[in-house]
Amino acid sequence: MTPLAPAGTRLDIARIKADFPILRRQVRNKPLVYLDNAATTQKPQVVLDALVHYYTDINANVHRGVHELSGLATDAYEGAREKIRAFFNAASVQEVIFTRNATESINLVAFAFVRPMLSPGDEVLISAMEHHSNIVPWQIVCEERGARLRVAPIDDRGALILDELEALIGPRTRIVSIAHMSNALGTVNPVEQIVAMAHARGVPVLIDGSQAAYHMPVDVQAIGCDFYAATGHKLYGPTGIGVLIGTTARLEAMPPFMGGGDMIRSVTFERSTWNDLPYKFEAGTPNIAGAVGLGAALDYIEQVGREAISAYEHELLDYGTAMLEAIPGVRLIGTAPGKSSILSFVMEGIHPHDIGTIVDREGVAVRTGHHCAQPVMDRFGIPATARASLAMYNTREDLDALGRALVKVREVFS
Amino acid sequence: MSDLSDLYQEVILDHNKRPRNFHVVDSASHQAEGFNPLCGDRLHLYLKVEDDVVTEVGFQGSGCAISKASASIMTDSVKGRPLAEVHDLFRRFHTMVTTPPDQSVEDMGKLSALAGVREFPVRVKCASLAWHTLKAALERDPIASTE
Repeated sequence: MTPLAPAGTRLDIARIKADFPILRRQVRNKPLVYLDNAATTQKPQVVLDALVHYYTDINANVHRGVHELSGLATDAYEGAREKIRAFFNAASVQEVIFTRNATESINLVAFAFVRPMLSPGDEVLISAMEHHSNIVPWQIVCEERGARLRVAPIDDRGALILDELEALIGPRTRIVSIAHMSNALGTVNPVEQIVAMAHARGVPVLIDGSQAAYHMPVDVQAIGCDFYAATGHKLYGPTGIGVLIGTTARLEAMPPFMGGGDMIRSVTFERSTWNDLPYKFEAGTPNIAGAVGLGAALDYIEQVGREAISAYEHELLDYGTAMLEAIPGVRLIGTAPGKSSILSFVMEGIHPHDIGTIVDREGVAVRTGHHCAQPVMDRFGIPATARASLAMYNTREDLDALGRALVKVREVFS
Repeated sequence: MSDLSDLYQEVILDHNKRPRNFHVVDSASHQAEGFNPLCGDRLHLYLKVEDDVVTEVGFQGSGCAISKASASIMTDSVKGRPLAEVHDLFRRFHTMVTTPPDQSVEDMGKLSALAGVREFPVRVKCASLAWHTLKAALERDPIASTE
């Protein structure tokens, strides 16, 4: 495969756009301008082809039959696992566990790793910018065990206040669970530093990589985290497939999360014994096609080049930031230095929901609401924001279309 | 294709900008909080009911133009009415905003301004939030949700 963008060169956006069939469709008789990538990204043709190929030519259950197709399906599924290992630079494939999504990955850690060791008075530490998926599982296990959920604050730009985070890591802290990148604000957290702070006190760390993984290179060994959660549908892959990457030492020490087929070595009515990693955590028939599709998506991202994608999206972000700041009455929410790919904003006197409806009429898809981060909205004293979020196929023209649509919003409410 | 001006009619923009009865009713006999989890709209509705007549009504909260205008127009419409008529209005309003856009609906006067939401299915909840909150208040259910 020839790289679409060798290091240091610009992306060939026309060619990338052409790889995503949905971007050719119209919405409300206007060309689709898709700026809701933080909710889910669109899928390139190679991912769709991989799904069709899997179901057309390979479909069988994995790790079971001796027949030809079962072997092919197992090879495809395990091949995808290796692609994910390489993408995140996990130490081995046994550290890559397939889940449904990042939410399930976080729940797996909350219930199988943290819950058994939580005693009354223990603490779980998160940050004020977390998505509900990195709040609610902890609330559930804390409530059950009489433990306490602590929250590291963020400043007015939406940056994590590291000193306060560090001060909250104490002798009762059982885990630190932090987003790599905020879905509502775009803030990118210094995860290596956070891991170092926690590990200095012997506290394990989970990083929620849902937003970061499709915007920047991620190396879990360099980060040094104990767990890294990610979801396939934001990585240009199918829905219903996610991953949890955990260190072998942590995963070996944990009991299973769910029981069923595939996760056992032997079963009798008296007792069962668990399979090796990673299968111990993959009960039941997995989303085989989803894993294969995600593998194809990661191949595609690598082919474009993650450094090039990151550089391109930062240029777009700067362009979009300047454009929005030039519109009277628009205020950006989330202005942390080094932020990535997210333009959350409010317009004076106009509710984000009304913004969303009006720009939708112009074919522009943005998210409006609390973005599953109600505490972030509360922190900024607003009920909701409108959010434009970027992916590799977006262009300055897309942001210009948003700008024109916002002028219409102003006109309706003038 | 439906036009934005069907949704954002003058009367709605006016009630959004200058909501009527936008205040707490200190002597309220009934109240409820309405919440639309989809967009974060919240409103607190206060009613004073005397001898089965709504004598005072007010609301507070934050929300989109549709939910705010709907609450404002609703409070104007129910003030001074007997409860039986209020329940009837609720039923008729609900029918109006949930009737498919290609079918005709009864003229409900100023409340008909909200009929435009039928063209915007995700906004129907915005228009009906105030009414569900009203129903919850009268049934003494402290929290209404559009979910």
